[in-house]
Amino acid sequence: MNKLWLYLNQLGSPPNFWRWSGPWMRVSFILALMLCGVGLYGGLVLAPMDYLQGETFRIIYIHVPAAVSSMSIFVFMAVQGAAALIWRIKICEIFVICAAPIGAMFTVLTLVTGMLWGKPTWGTYWTWDARLTSELVLLFLYLGVIALYQSYSDLRAGARAASVLAIIGVVNVPIIHYSVQWWSTLHQGETITLTGSKMHASMLWPLLVMFVASKLYFLGSLLLRARVTLIEQESGKAWVRQALSIDTSEATNKPGQTSVSI
Amino acid sequence: MTSARSPHFASRWLQLLSTALIHELRQRLRQPSQLLHPIGFAVLVALLFGFAVGPQPEKLTLVAPAALFIALLLATFLSMELLFSSDFEDGTLDALSASGRELVPILYGKALAFWLAQGLSLLLALPLLMVLLNISVSLAPVLIFTFVMVSLGLSFLGLIGSALTVRLRAGAMLLMLLILPQAVPLLIFSLGAINAAQLGDSTAAPLFYLSAVTLALFVLAPLAAKGVLSQAIGD
Repeated sequence: MNKLWLYLNQLGSPPNFWRWSGPWMRVSFILALMLCGVGLYGGLVLAPMDYLQGETFRIIYIHVPAAVSSMSIFVFMAVQGAAALIWRIKICEIFVICAAPIGAMFTVLTLVTGMLWGKPTWGTYWTWDARLTSELVLLFLYLGVIALYQSYSDLRAGARAASVLAIIGVVNVPIIHYSVQWWSTLHQGETITLTGSKMHASMLWPLLVMFVASKLYFLGSLLLRARVTLIEQESGKAWVRQALSIDTSEATNKPGQTSVSI
Repeated sequence: MTSARSPHFASRWLQLLSTALIHELRQRLRQPSQLLHPIGFAVLVALLFGFAVGPQPEKLTLVAPAALFIALLLATFLSMELLFSSDFEDGTLDALSASGRELVPILYGKALAFWLAQGLSLLLALPLLMVLLNISVSLAPVLIFTFVMVSLGLSFLGLIGSALTVRLRAGAMLLMLLILPQAVPLLIFSLGAINAAQLGDSTAAPLFYLSAVTLALFVLAPLAAKGVLSQAIGD
């Protein structure tokens, strides 16, 4: 247990994080792109047409993975936020604030694709249905986290306040969801559960590929943002200069010619 | 923490709470304008709703409970910024944390004083709002009960919100952005109860849910606010 703890702490130290996150970022971006291509081809071309909804059902290959990501990223933020507050791990704070814009993006994507699907299927872009409304509230929770972080001039204090808000939000999201559900509902129930699926395998496999692709995209995007934020926060420290191969003596002579590769 | 369960601890806790409560209430009552402004604001919002919807009473009756609740909700939010900001600026919060006293009972005292003064003073506007918005008197008991519960819940939500924004200059707008989404369950259950009462149905279920959410906030919010504040002071 102690060895694992030591290992995790070393993994999270800024110079170490910088070293391992680069290859991981590249691999997850490449895999995400490949799987996204395979999943989209499978979903948009290979999968059979739905007997009831026709071609419009194909939007689920973007809508459902984005919706799942929009919720799981909020939970991820809360877990990282708790770790940041309890153990004061710097990289966890950075993860919280870097995950928020990605989560907000997935939430917007979910809402937009849902609206585009809703118009031909339900006959309206927007309806005050439980899931739609709680997804919209979720977007405002993301925006709250981002706005709170940005209003602090001290970056670390802002990140810690944002972590607290993420934890409070995670407690509140189920309450909001069930209160809204109690209030009104139109959206269909779950088609896929952990125990089984009501979807045919020919339609299901591209969806699962897209699930994995969206998660890998999140990982790549998170690491990229975290690397940039880390460099910004740690700028001026020796390891940053070393990692970015900025030669200080040269930099003072020719300030315009420092090469930075992220 | 061996003393955590002793009767001595409980009495000290209650003493701190009541001291903070009385101190805060006295401060709030010393400036009656701070209590009257939200009332004026709520009446104005209702007036704007009247102008926006149009002069037909049937149309107004449909949106009246919603308009009334939103007016009261926004009025509560507007005064919320005052929860900590002056205490932070004049160093009272630093002194409190340096004194080593328990912060949680003091936070309870603050939130309860806010609720008793700012929240409940809005009840004075209720008769006027009901006349303006053409709401029947038979709804008054449900309206009063739900508003008492919602303002209690909001006071404790506001505790977290003001703790999060205490160090920021332009906190009021940000506070709204942070707290309004969290207030959705309170709004849904209270308007659910009012709608049920309007239709003559049983209001028990929404009122129980509303009370449950409010009680959860009552228990959890001061603990969360304490965590946020001790960090804000520590930095």
